[in-house]
Amino acid sequence: MASYVIVGMVGVLLLGFWKLQVIDSDKYAQWAERNRVRSIPIIAPRGRMLDRDGRVLVDNRPSFSVLLLRDDPALVEKNLPAISEGLNIPMADLREQLSNTRALPKFQPIVVKPEATQADIDYIESHRADIPVLEMLSVSRRRYPPGGFMSHTSGYVGEVSEQQIEASNGKLRPGDFGGKTGLERQYNDMLMGTDGMRRVIVNSVGREVDRLPSQEAIPGKEIRLTIDYDLQQVAEQSLGAREGAVVALDPRTGEVLAMVSHPAPDPNDFAVRVSKEEWKRLNDDEQKPLLDRTIQAQLAPGSVFKIVMATAMYETKVVPENMTVFCPGYGTFYGRQFKCWVFGKSSHGTVDVHRAVNQSCDIFFYTLGMRMGIDIISKYASGLGLGHRTGIDLPSEEPGLVPSEEWVQRVFHRRWYPGETISVAVGQGAVTTTPLQLARLIGGIASGGVFMQPHLWKDAQNITEEKFPLKDSTTEKITDDMYGVVNGGGTGAGLKLQGIEFSGKSGTAQVIGYAARDRVAKQKRFLDNAWFVGYAPKRDPEIVVSVLVQESGKHGGEAAGPVVRDIIKTYYDKKAKKTSGQYTVEYKRYDLGDGSAPPAAIQPQPVLKPEGPSTAAPARAAAAQH
Amino acid sequence: MKDAPGATTRDYDWWLLAILAAICTLGVIEIYSATHGSTLAGMHLKQLRWLGIGIVVMFIVSRIDYHLILGQAPILYLIGIAALIAVLLVGHTRFGAKRWIPVLGEFLQVSELVKLIIIIALARFFAEVGSEELSLRDLIKAGLLVGLPLVLILKQPDLGTALVLVPLLVVGAFLAGLQWQHAAVFSLAGILLVGAVFYPPVSRHILKPYQRERITSFLHPEEDAKGAGYQLLQSKIAVGSGGFWGKGFGNGTQNQLGYIPVRYSDFIMSAWAEEQGFKGVLFALGLYMALLLRLVQNAQRAKDRAGMFLVMGVAAALGFHVLVNVAMVIGAMPVTGIPLPLMSYGGSATLFVFLAIGLVMNVRLRRFVN
Repeated sequence: MASYVIVGMVGVLLLGFWKLQVIDSDKYAQWAERNRVRSIPIIAPRGRMLDRDGRVLVDNRPSFSVLLLRDDPALVEKNLPAISEGLNIPMADLREQLSNTRALPKFQPIVVKPEATQADIDYIESHRADIPVLEMLSVSRRRYPPGGFMSHTSGYVGEVSEQQIEASNGKLRPGDFGGKTGLERQYNDMLMGTDGMRRVIVNSVGREVDRLPSQEAIPGKEIRLTIDYDLQQVAEQSLGAREGAVVALDPRTGEVLAMVSHPAPDPNDFAVRVSKEEWKRLNDDEQKPLLDRTIQAQLAPGSVFKIVMATAMYETKVVPENMTVFCPGYGTFYGRQFKCWVFGKSSHGTVDVHRAVNQSCDIFFYTLGMRMGIDIISKYASGLGLGHRTGIDLPSEEPGLVPSEEWVQRVFHRRWYPGETISVAVGQGAVTTTPLQLARLIGGIASGGVFMQPHLWKDAQNITEEKFPLKDSTTEKITDDMYGVVNGGGTGAGLKLQGIEFSGKSGTAQVIGYAARDRVAKQKRFLDNAWFVGYAPKRDPEIVVSVLVQESGKHGGEAAGPVVRDIIKTYYDKKAKKTSGQYTVEYKRYDLGDGSAPPAAIQPQPVLKPEGPSTAAPARAAAAQH
Repeated sequence: MKDAPGATTRDYDWWLLAILAAICTLGVIEIYSATHGSTLAGMHLKQLRWLGIGIVVMFIVSRIDYHLILGQAPILYLIGIAALIAVLLVGHTRFGAKRWIPVLGEFLQVSELVKLIIIIALARFFAEVGSEELSLRDLIKAGLLVGLPLVLILKQPDLGTALVLVPLLVVGAFLAGLQWQHAAVFSLAGILLVGAVFYPPVSRHILKPYQRERITSFLHPEEDAKGAGYQLLQSKIAVGSGGFWGKGFGNGTQNQLGYIPVRYSDFIMSAWAEEQGFKGVLFALGLYMALLLRLVQNAQRAKDRAGMFLVMGVAAALGFHVLVNVAMVIGAMPVTGIPLPLMSYGGSATLFVFLAIGLVMNVRLRRFVN
């Protein structure tokens, strides 16, 4: 009897072992493996961004993130208070992060603190045994040039959003970094590498005892930009602390040589994790620092639009080229009085088209607009590239607006009032453009109607070439006009550069109409926007620069012109040095500094000394024309 | 010392000793495997020393006529009770329980010795019950005999060792002619008690917090994988991942990386099962089965009822240890802290087994003596 009990007992125990070791063996083998193997991601460094000469614009710096291993929820829960205290993360934040990542597989660790301090690292190291759920992750963080240098164009990276994760087909996980704006976003797939996985064997108290073969990270690709560091720097400094934008293009290729939008936030502040308050502050800021003015500011082009008008005039001959208009400082169109910009100070007298462009006479262009009609204006404005995106390789470009009869019908369900044509003729009214569009416009017109797609990636393929062919006579006449603006005593007379066919057109766009401004008197918010789009040489230019200085209260030639001039001068200085073999690429390594001194890039003084006494002193004074 | 006349070394149960030696060898091998790479390295040597002491003690005990020992049962019993009380008063606390008193520079678990004393006391008590049937009065007496030390051991607290006393009573009573009515009543009482232990509203009043935790973690090991349920789960993972063939000596990851709790002692079967697989388990459990069967055979051949009760008591104690320990290792029972005889590392437990086997040999040597 006792023997049967013993045999039966051993038999039952063996059955128990059979179940575990034979039937369920695979499951437990997996669990044992999961026990001992800990997978820690190796973050692939993002590709660097270089300027056209190979100088580093955006690179990486090493850093540590703190990972929370969530395989064991009970253990995580138990350690939360200690983690909160040790790493200085509020409990509520930790809980929120945990609940946000609930849907993820448990074996995927989450980043609870993206930028570990030395104290955090020490804390984790010394608490390995009692808080086994923390792990250090070596990461590389983005390092941008300081002071917001080129920051709108470079964009910045940040933790990927839920939408981005969903759209990535499992490639992205919460806590991953991806491009949020600018080139970082545009070329994210290229810049972002493929993360690897380090696999280590850990013992029961979480100490690493051995390593398994790791899956190496594949670093992201480096991209070379068309940006010229030297020009970019001059552009940044020359625009200085003023609100505005600079775009420098090579119209022959569409390559962007410099691109500035001020004010510019320092993306190094976002390279880790931007706080809600900081984000709100940036969004609510009246100066709109997050707006990339080069491609997103849709503003009245003002007198720069007169180039579209004059080109249409030369090309269509609907209005005879020899038309002259008498400008007494104002004019009456459709029963309403319109002022010329010289109203109250002087008058232009009798002007032909060449003089009208040079002196930017409004009365001439009101008359021209009235006689030409909105259809032709809008056809030429669109054909020359306004009212639609340029196709630059940046996200969130705005199209601007070219009004037309069809447009008012569609949007406002009404007829076009002929009086509206008068405002549009001088780049006011409903017409809006971005600084990039104006650079492309002027560069394309001076190139005979050939418009290269603006782009920032040097190795970009399939650059489209848009053609709106202009007669050679038209190109000759319009470029003569723009040459005259700078060199023929026009509104940019103070900007002349020795030996360079510097041409261009100024613009002073009202933020609100004259009448409205008269009512509210001169308040800061309603100061004029200053434009200057300049290029060189006169025909088939190598460089075109469009500058916007917002609400400067000064005229285009005066406020924006010198910035254009600085950049074009730098371009030719550098070219001269290159042809004479003097120029070597100097590796300008920016210094992140400690943030106490304002970075050089936003110092308002121009880098370039005026060329000589002949142009220097009178530059500002003489340019105080339109 | 009153020797068994005519008994020679040939009369020892050499088969039993061979089985014992085999089990001890498995134990030492696995203790070595579980500890050689850790701060506990060298533990297998200490275990060998305990085994050596055990063998000597076994031979000494086997030479003292068990009738003489049974004659001193009341005194031994009193000494045992006194020792248990002493432990509660001045005992050494380790792992949160007062179980140890220092003897010759080592800490001995008094309760291990008490187990042996209860085996002796019960053997004498049941042997003296003349009738074929066990009266309720005698049953209650036997119950009290076991109940007093049981309560004292529970006080330490040491649920595991206390529980071992129960099968001693059950097996003894059964052999002494337990009536089926009594068996039914006590079975029911036992079932109610177990039910109460597993039913939280009641167990709250009768169990210590750590005991309740063990019960909970036994019922739901995955819920609390690093608390109390951790041990059971890790043990199951170790056993299961060993598969049929095992991971090989020194290759058990659960064992070597320390995921198995007290892998050199209470959970040594878990470590063995991981490294040697089902085939190893088959071998080890086969040895234990052979050991128990051999003990039963010795009991049947005992010269008198007292000898039979002694050997069956030893068999019941060892059998219970094996059952509860191995069932725990495969997650079929809660963690009770009962070691696996002869494989688990431990001085007191090893000594107990050899003392008990000494009694068995004692009975065997005198089977032909009148």
